Amino acid sequence: MESILVLTHADESGSALTKASLEAVTAGIDLASRLSAPLTIGIIAADAATAASSLPSSGARLLAISGEAFAQARYASDAAAAEALCRAASATIVLAPGTSRFARIAAGVAHRLGGFVDTHITALSGTDNIEASRWFYRQRIEAVLSRGARPWFLLLDAGTHATYAGEPGPAQIENISVELPALRTTVSGFRAPTQGAQTIRPDAKILFVAGAGWTKKQPDGQAHVAEAGELILGFLHATSASLGSSKSLVDQGGEGNSVLPFLTHLNQIGQTGATPRHAKGLSTCCHGEEPHVVGWRFIGSRRAISLDPNCGWTRGKADVVYVADAFPVMAKLNALLEAAKT
Amino acid sequence: MANVLHIVVCAGIVPDPLQTLEPITTPTGPGLKNEMVLPAVLDPWAASALYEAAALASKNPGSKLWLVSLGPKAKLQQVMMTVAQKVAFELVPLDGPIGGFPDAHSTAAVLAETIAALPGLDREKLLLFGGWESATRGAGVTLQLVGERLGITDQFQGVDQIDLRDDGSFEVLERVEGGKHQVSICAGAPAVLGWATGNLAEPRNNPQVGMANMRTIMPALAKAKVAKLEANGLSYSSVSLPKQQRTTRVVKDMTPDQIAAELVEWIGAE
Ligand SMILES: Cc1cc2nc3c(=O)[nH]c(=O)nc-3n(C[C@H](O)[C@H](O)[C@H](O)COP(=O)(O)OP(=O)(O)OC[C@H]3O[C@@H](n4cnc5c(N)ncnc54)[C@H](O)[C@@H]3O)c2cc1C
Repeated sequence: MESILVLTHADESGSALTKASLEAVTAGIDLASRLSAPLTIGIIAADAATAASSLPSSGARLLAISGEAFAQARYASDAAAAEALCRAASATIVLAPGTSRFARIAAGVAHRLGGFVDTHITALSGTDNIEASRWFYRQRIEAVLSRGARPWFLLLDAGTHATYAGEPGPAQIENISVELPALRTTVSGFRAPTQGAQTIRPDAKILFVAGAGWTKKQPDGQAHVAEAGELILGFLHATSASLGSSKSLVDQGGEGNSVLPFLTHLNQIGQTGATPRHAKGLSTCCHGEEPHVVGWRFIGSRRAISLDPNCGWTRGKADVVYVADAFPVMAKLNALLEAAKT
Repeated sequence: MANVLHIVVCAGIVPDPLQTLEPITTPTGPGLKNEMVLPAVLDPWAASALYEAAALASKNPGSKLWLVSLGPKAKLQQVMMTVAQKVAFELVPLDGPIGGFPDAHSTAAVLAETIAALPGLDREKLLLFGGWESATRGAGVTLQLVGERLGITDQFQGVDQIDLRDDGSFEVLERVEGGKHQVSICAGAPAVLGWATGNLAEPRNNPQVGMANMRTIMPALAKAKVAKLEANGLSYSSVSLPKQQRTTRVVKDMTPDQIAAELVEWIGAE
């Protein structure tokens, strides 16, 4: 019989589980009930006891690793902690959120336990066995796979399961001790790559994508880069959208500096960029080439504004394409959105 | 003071992203239609790792740079014709399957064994580089597994920058959620760095570098070991292209005012 462990970790506060961790808890509860398998949840946090207070109604056995060393996301300490939790739980299936923190260690930990890992899992299915869906070739080909070997680690993509929201309260936890190796890495903090407001908002309802067209010569023979920047930031201000970019646009500035100073490679969507999840996406001045559009796999409703009636978006990649000049459209749109706010 | 580094870059080859891909079933599992004739390129994020490695090696005289690549020998040779013109490296080719469907654990085992046996490699000076995710499997696990097998417990993924200091320690920036970088200080090699885009543009082709590289690349390819990959219990029940081709409404005759009004409604709708 399978036995299931869900690995979770705290957010920057050190005492509350991340949203992605709570999504993995939901996946664990579903899977355990489907397979009638016992469920354990492992917590890694500076203050795991407080973090566990969101979990008592999960009905799971709760294992915890606490301490200052686990306030930081670092391979050596996190891998040791996850390994200890896995050994204590003796699980055959280990589910974990695909956060940067667990993506850094999951494979290493699986290897230490003689197990195997599959990542970027978007769905779990199967009744008597476990089947996992994931994409290959950067979101171009979808596969359903399974493994005969155990333990099997599955890293779940964020946004693929509902966030667990059980009744909070005091939780019974078993503290697990872990022997840390000598730590050679210190995390000193976080750095935003650009000055000014944060433009990448994973929880936003809408993704706004800017393409290289914004900086190209317009019908009047001139480029209007400053105006483009204002229109883009105006839209973000009005809607709290997350900002994405095509590769061509972020590459323009060369070594690290974009023509639009608030854009970096972290904004890039596509083959060599991100594949975010948002309910809606609006593409502007972007041609919709395949290496770009693979980054839109998990965007629900898609609209595009492009001057080119034959751009990639018109060929089954967007729901609506407005063949129009994005400058006047965005100016008007921003004005309407701001007026609606007041 | 310069630090002598031994940088090993693991980089696979992948179909050119502009190609159309179609999955098929082969006797050894899923594959791509015409996989062997699709034009291939060096895996993009691993290519960033290679360029960053070369820049780091050139700033630290006495350093060495190996490029370990597993793929069908003939395909490797094709891709190397271009890659060899970019930066100087020693190629360590492994003749094996192409594509995203073979198991990453087996790939990692073969890579680790090969790296451990590299003549002249000082494991205390080792920086293991690669892409944080491949353009085929996109799993982000291979490099981590190679690192574990080599006993390296300072690992960084989604790396965009490394600043080496005189004492051999380095500051490293890793991509984390919400468009930020996590900043860490590591005491120094050995370490694993899975690169994202980094900060360097693709170097221009330099035929002289190409000629120098090719002198060692061709004999290395001729001697390339054949790598057999285990399945490790991995099986596929379906491999398919996404079904939803959208029915696009192409709007050509609306004024900016009309479009803006329609978009406001769309943005506000649940
Ligand atoms: C290995 C590899 C990896 C790649 N990875 C990525 C990736 O991750 N992400 C990515 O985006 N690309 C990627 N690409 C590049 C991709 O193939 C395209 O070149 C790129 O997406 C084009 O960007 P763009 O549409 O912004 O620019 P362009 O192709 O220059 O298109 C600009 C568009 O703007 C329109 N336009 C101009 N002015 C206006 C206006 N006033 N109003 C409305 N429309 C206007 C034009 O009609 C045109 O359609 C990759 C390519 C390779 C080879």
